[in-house]
Amino acid sequence: MRVTIPSPLRSYTQGRAEVIGSGATFAELLDRLDADFPGIRFRMIDEQDRIRRHIRLFVNREQVVDLAHSLRDDDEVQILCALSGG
Amino acid sequence: MKRRSGRDKSKARRTRAGRKVAPASRRTIEQKRVVLLVGTRKGAFIYHGDPTRSRWRLDGPHRLGEIVNHVVLDPRDGVTMLMAARAGHLGPTIFRSVDMGRTWKEAAEPPAFRKAAATENGRSVDYTFWLSVGHRDDHDVWYAGTSPPALFRSHDAGVTWQGIDSYNDHLMYLKWNPPGGGTPDGAVLSSVIVDPRDARHMYMVTSDGGAFETLDNCETWTSINKGVEANFLPDPYPEYGQDVHCLCIHPANPDRLYQQNHCGIYRIDRPSDNWIRIGNNMPKEIGDIGFGIVVHPRDPETAWVFPMDGTAVWPRTSPGGRPAVYRTTDAGATWLRQDRGLPREHAWFTVKRQAFCADDFDPVGLYFGTTSGEVWMSPNEGRSWNLVAVHLPHIYSVVAATIH
Repeated sequence: MRVTIPSPLRSYTQGRAEVIGSGATFAELLDRLDADFPGIRFRMIDEQDRIRRHIRLFVNREQVVDLAHSLRDDDEVQILCALSGG
Repeated sequence: MKRRSGRDKSKARRTRAGRKVAPASRRTIEQKRVVLLVGTRKGAFIYHGDPTRSRWRLDGPHRLGEIVNHVVLDPRDGVTMLMAARAGHLGPTIFRSVDMGRTWKEAAEPPAFRKAAATENGRSVDYTFWLSVGHRDDHDVWYAGTSPPALFRSHDAGVTWQGIDSYNDHLMYLKWNPPGGGTPDGAVLSSVIVDPRDARHMYMVTSDGGAFETLDNCETWTSINKGVEANFLPDPYPEYGQDVHCLCIHPANPDRLYQQNHCGIYRIDRPSDNWIRIGNNMPKEIGDIGFGIVVHPRDPETAWVFPMDGTAVWPRTSPGGRPAVYRTTDAGATWLRQDRGLPREHAWFTVKRQAFCADDFDPVGLYFGTTSGEVWMSPNEGRSWNLVAVHLPHIYSVVAATIH
């Protein structure tokens, strides 16, 4: 599936704004992204598996708040950064 | 001809943790110089001084946009550098460099709490606030202090980090660190200091618990706050609950410690467990509130503070808008104002606790960074001051590392 990467995380993806990911759930997708781009998961998800304050996850333009959310190969995933102030 | 030693000393080598160590011959030939490691709200900046400390070459920004609370170079090897960082949108991490900041690589396992059970509201590290190296004989050991207050240790020069459960999960943790307290950016653990005579003996401080000591390599912890005021609590002299801003151990006399507290400047001479408020000897119109305190690298009687306005609503700016360092050369009995070269008026900045430091030259160089983005230095133990940098972002930390 196509995964949009926000600019603050592109240092992990060698500058790529979009990568190809896989997984049956959002949690699996994030684990595999972290295997491909080490460190990227912890900057989005804390050690208690909570989505960090300024990170927003979308599947087919619908926001996801549960990492157990199921995914299909043709889903379009967007990882976005919310406003965080100066 | 076969060499007697297994190692060619003319070539650079690498340690187990992958650090590159300069060849011994080159290290002895080169002149000693200072490198200033500046952490700011928008990244890190490195200033390379010449041997006279009169010219500074800027290298940076590094990790532009990351909130950098601390950058520290390991004096034991002179090459391993760690940066505590968090971007506005992203979680915290530790960046490592072994080539003086040319490249940075993220820690494989940054400081993080253990995953809690599903029924518990587990803690997560908001940011790493403090970094310091372990004992000189404990190669590759580093310590990190975080917000919320927790202590972490690395045994591999910052690649992976483990929580110190004896403190982080202590039965008294919530008493020592009541929820909702701390600085405007949250409660912090800082000033992790190892006794140079004994790696098992350490101190650390928190913004809601005061100072703590361990004698057994972090197995057990004791609060050490007798005589230290906490005027924001019902009992102004409690066993714990003080807000220590900065703690220093004297390298030449490790039985002597100084602290700049939310409620004054103190000194202790161990084995006594009673702190003495040496800030009472500061000029009354200046007071003894501040963030940082710096000790002379060789003279245990000499220390410097940078007072701030702690009156009324606590502006935390230079008192009267006239910044000055105050020096004692008699362990706090008397204090001398040192402001030559500093702005005479309308300088309303603050110097944060990690942003005031000294080098080990003779005479000692002093350095501080301001919330308004200036780095000041004194090449003569505070007698005069000049600017090293202007227009930087809000400065959180300044560390003077000596390069040989």
